[in-house]
Amino acid sequence: MSKRLESMIGWIDARFPLTSNWKAHLTEYYAPKNFNFWYYFGSLAMLVLVNQLLTGIFLTMNYKPDASMAFGSVEYIMRDVDFGWLIRYMHSTGASMFFVVVYLHMFRGMMYGSYRKPRELLWLIGMGIFFVLMMLAFTGYILPWGQMSYWGAQVIVSMIGAIPMVGPTLSNWLLGDFMLSDAALNRFFAYHVVTLPVLLVTLVVVHILALHEVGSNNPDGIEIKANKHPVTNIPVDGIPFHPYYTVKDIFGVVVFLMVFCGIIFFAPEMGGYFLEYNNFIPANTLQTPDHIAPVWYFTPYYSMLRAVTVNFLWIDAKLWGIILMGGSVAIFALLPWLDRSPVKSIRYKGPIFKFALFLFVISVLVLGWLGTKSPTPLYTILAQVFTVIYFAFFILMPWYSKIDKTKPEPTRVKE
Amino acid sequence: MRKMKGFLLVCCFIPLTAFASGPEMRLDKAPLHPTDKISLQRGAQAFVNYCLTCHSAEYMRYNRLRDLELSEKQISENFIFTGQKVGELMTVAMKKKEAKQWFGVAPPDLSVIARSRGPDWLYTYLRTFYRDDSTATGWNNLLFDKAAMPHVLYQLQGEQTLEVQAEDNGHGGTHEVKKLKLTSPGVLSKAEYDAYVADLVNYLVYLGEPAATKRTQLGAIVMLFLFLMLGLTYALKKEYWRDVH
Repeated sequence: MSKRLESMIGWIDARFPLTSNWKAHLTEYYAPKNFNFWYYFGSLAMLVLVNQLLTGIFLTMNYKPDASMAFGSVEYIMRDVDFGWLIRYMHSTGASMFFVVVYLHMFRGMMYGSYRKPRELLWLIGMGIFFVLMMLAFTGYILPWGQMSYWGAQVIVSMIGAIPMVGPTLSNWLLGDFMLSDAALNRFFAYHVVTLPVLLVTLVVVHILALHEVGSNNPDGIEIKANKHPVTNIPVDGIPFHPYYTVKDIFGVVVFLMVFCGIIFFAPEMGGYFLEYNNFIPANTLQTPDHIAPVWYFTPYYSMLRAVTVNFLWIDAKLWGIILMGGSVAIFALLPWLDRSPVKSIRYKGPIFKFALFLFVISVLVLGWLGTKSPTPLYTILAQVFTVIYFAFFILMPWYSKIDKTKPEPTRVKE
Repeated sequence: MRKMKGFLLVCCFIPLTAFASGPEMRLDKAPLHPTDKISLQRGAQAFVNYCLTCHSAEYMRYNRLRDLELSEKQISENFIFTGQKVGELMTVAMKKKEAKQWFGVAPPDLSVIARSRGPDWLYTYLRTFYRDDSTATGWNNLLFDKAAMPHVLYQLQGEQTLEVQAEDNGHGGTHEVKKLKLTSPGVLSKAEYDAYVADLVNYLVYLGEPAATKRTQLGAIVMLFLFLMLGLTYALKKEYWRDVH
């Protein structure tokens, strides 16, 4: 380092904790050396977040949050704005890919027990991020004001209205109207470009601070901090995040970008899953489409919403659907306390857990697929069966995780 | 493990049973040639001649047709019949409210029609009009029953009539088979008319996303760059990680 640069950094360090933070979070943050494929998705989620923020800024420059102009302004971006089509596809593909990486990131946590002590709070903050992300996706999907934007939102809005006591008032307050209209579009725009992104970025920063406090978990699910070098006091199985994981993550970024750009440039609609065909029809408040389906990342919850067909106790079917849908997301937050296994990682867990996790994945996939279809009697029964399996994974966990036959954990991480 | 596999197998086949029924008509595959500029020009010509009188394409500018290797002079002379300037949008003079009174429904804007309906739907729709005296326009459509649009291309295709035949369905019963028969020929032969509609649909697909060709071209360069980066970043990672292993 040149003398000049050194003195400049010294000047800053006397006024701002630059070097100490650089060390604490990068060059002297020790991460386990045995991260595998599943450990790319945290940094990739950050990459997608930055992509959404940047492309979002450029989209707001030409988008018009006005019920009579919104659809046209999106087409204006697609046709008349220089590289507008690229910016828009980056944003729309980014929305779906955000869920891809976040779902894989969450699945990683479930496989290796990353939610267990001492990372319960880290997991809860992550759940907060997931919730805000879903809100962002929902509010963003309304903005092009196509048929699916409008009628998909109508489904969600009617759900808010169905909450007992406060529902109708809450719905009016959020929409600024008694129905989905121009006023609502304006509000959703405000939520999408100001309120929620600020919340999301804040939560991501808090998530990383919490992670760096407790340290990263790893595929073996053992604490590398339990085995420190006697002299240096550095975990023997840890390596500095920078440069080792920065160079590794950059490679991961390139692989990810190949998939991401492959979609943007060669299949931006992704067969109607990332951009639904019906959303190329401007919103028509008088014409309900035959078939309303949410975007793929919401379809498992949508299936559970539709799965309840009978009134039960004093609560009617619709409200039960809403409770199940909300519960299916919220129940993830309980994982740290539901898992009673003596080991964290799937590598040392027994056959019951492996089978339960397998069933859970199958139920999410089947529910997701069902959510894209119009309901038939057979589909409804399937949705009910897999909703039960979905919840059983969580609710029965305290018992099956306890009786499961586990293997002993190693003392050092495996290469 | 065997149990798991069996379960998966069952899961795979459950959906098929539900797929067995479905009254939807089979769509003919539209022969698309997105890079064939001559086909696109012919399609654009058909579009401004036959569609743009009632349907707008209000997000498309006339001078964007330069994508199809047409000059601004050619565009203003051969594609604009409304006295509009070449930089203006493809709008129509017909008012939405009046159109609704005349047709029962305002003709939809066609800017992104190929993205919502899909090319195969359009290709089938435009070829399956038939005479039907029970409708207001005297026309009906096999794919889109009681479509409000009359058959604007009938002089080219000629007139078709519907023939419904009862056919043995192989289970002891019968089911209806609808067929169209050309009763009075038009200016074009069947093959010529199909090609004419194919050009028009080709143009509608272009109209839905004018940047599509540029998108795939740019995409190829981006992917090439990423391939190079893949090797480079992998080598960098390997070099750094030598002292970890």
